[in-house]
Amino acid sequence: MKERKAHIVGVGESPYTRWGKIGDITEHALACQAILKAVEDAGLQMEEVDGLASFAEDRNEAIFLAAELGLSELRFGNMVWMPGGGGGCAAISNAAMAVESGQAEVVVVYRSLCQGQFYRFGAGGASTEAPTDPEPPSLQQANSLLLASMGLAMPYGLLMAAAAYALPTRRHMHLYGTTSEQLGLLAVTFREHASRNPRAVMGGRPLTLEDHQASPMIADPHRLYDCCLESDGACAVVITTEDRARDLANRPVEILASEQGTPKGYAFGPFTNANISDEIYATGGCEAMAKRLFGKAGLGPHDVDVAQFYDHFTGCVLMQLEDYGFCERGEGGPFIESGALAWKGGALPTNTHGGSLSEAYIHGLNHVVEGVRTLRGESTSPVDGAEVCLVTSAACVPSSAVLLGRK
Amino acid sequence: MSERFFPDAMPPPLVDGTTLPWWQAAAEHRLVVQECSQCSHTQFPPSPICSECHSPERGWRALSGLGKVYTYTVVYRPIAAGQTLPFIVAVISLEGSGGVRLISNLVKVSPEEIEIGMEVKVIWEDMSETLSIPRFERR
Repeated sequence: MKERKAHIVGVGESPYTRWGKIGDITEHALACQAILKAVEDAGLQMEEVDGLASFAEDRNEAIFLAAELGLSELRFGNMVWMPGGGGGCAAISNAAMAVESGQAEVVVVYRSLCQGQFYRFGAGGASTEAPTDPEPPSLQQANSLLLASMGLAMPYGLLMAAAAYALPTRRHMHLYGTTSEQLGLLAVTFREHASRNPRAVMGGRPLTLEDHQASPMIADPHRLYDCCLESDGACAVVITTEDRARDLANRPVEILASEQGTPKGYAFGPFTNANISDEIYATGGCEAMAKRLFGKAGLGPHDVDVAQFYDHFTGCVLMQLEDYGFCERGEGGPFIESGALAWKGGALPTNTHGGSLSEAYIHGLNHVVEGVRTLRGESTSPVDGAEVCLVTSAACVPSSAVLLGRK
Repeated sequence: MSERFFPDAMPPPLVDGTTLPWWQAAAEHRLVVQECSQCSHTQFPPSPICSECHSPERGWRALSGLGKVYTYTVVYRPIAAGQTLPFIVAVISLEGSGGVRLISNLVKVSPEEIEIGMEVKVIWEDMSETLSIPRFERR
């Protein structure tokens, strides 16, 4: 009988740059480039690919990519129904379900993001140019549920992610005494990991805690270095069955478990929803999902050798450390202070590529790529003997996660 | 017109059929929360059906405008033209609302003075003849 358990067999990416720096080729061409590299890395032929999946409102629609890449037939075209980076691991999960159910044989998950060519997330959405002929402000029609939801935050100037995710982080500080220095140590640790990674946009820019503390305040408590990069780039991940993976050159990486989770009443999370239940307001909102994830794999946090946490903001990583059970609720700050996240000597080497804080912001799909590299022994910050890697996609927003295992 | 706190800018609200009545009440300086006509469950943001009993019968409960700061952030980057910086975004727990909170701004308070739990009251800012936004000040 054909073994259909899903495995990751190839990864690839374009060069990563600061946002707006890739102008010579389109975001769309960049998606093609990353997919070609990942399929080549897998040792597969493009005509074997019959599925394409993405997330986060990716503009590069699968049906067009399938035509351009010359796929024999697109049997599985999939887009995750979650806003932002929360859908990264969910796209991996969907691809895994497709190959395990037989709907497809080889699925490529991709994300291409050129913020300079379209819209820069960090700018927050409103124009900072004064209108030349101003109309009296009035209600404007929202043409989607997401925009209607944003509409309840906009008139208060809450458009910037750095401000939105400051809200649960500030509450966490109030409840547990979490400090800016603890957040800063996390950023410093990830930057150190990036220093060995030639792909990392900030690889050549060392960061100290003093630098972090002296960096400008963006939205209290978020200083500049608490915020992820804004990047241009694309990456891709190839998923197929255990049976097909067996014949390929790379060591396959098994998808041990995958989950997605949006808590009750969460909607878009604290960005636009002040009415998340009090029990989970100052968390990443991932605790229930994390329990299911570990339960499905028959593993616990103590089994994780290396982790790649979605790091849009330092506080969101700190809250995930608690959500995923690596420390008690409220203990994320001291856990970071213990040095646990460091590649060298840490109990839980985390974001070994530098993460979105220091490698690149590709909506977190680069964290899956790094997860695969750590288990293949190819990371630039290698973790000896690593067998299990946790990869997460977002927090404080509908989220997803996977547990990857070395074969 | 009312006292102005953000005279130069703040993006106007984007609304759909579900959120429109809330903004229409705001234009009349009425701070309301959606309340289920069947089970009295209060809900915000507004919803076409009650998330508890699924009734489509929706009403609006008038609130006192009093509340407490649940959490906040002080924003140092402009998101609109000519904006005075910094400005404060806060989540306010609304008194008598059945536990509902609202994203809004704190005005007439300096960043150093803010505390979670601080008691506040609504103050309306008329942005135009048809648009009023609830902000909150210390009480």
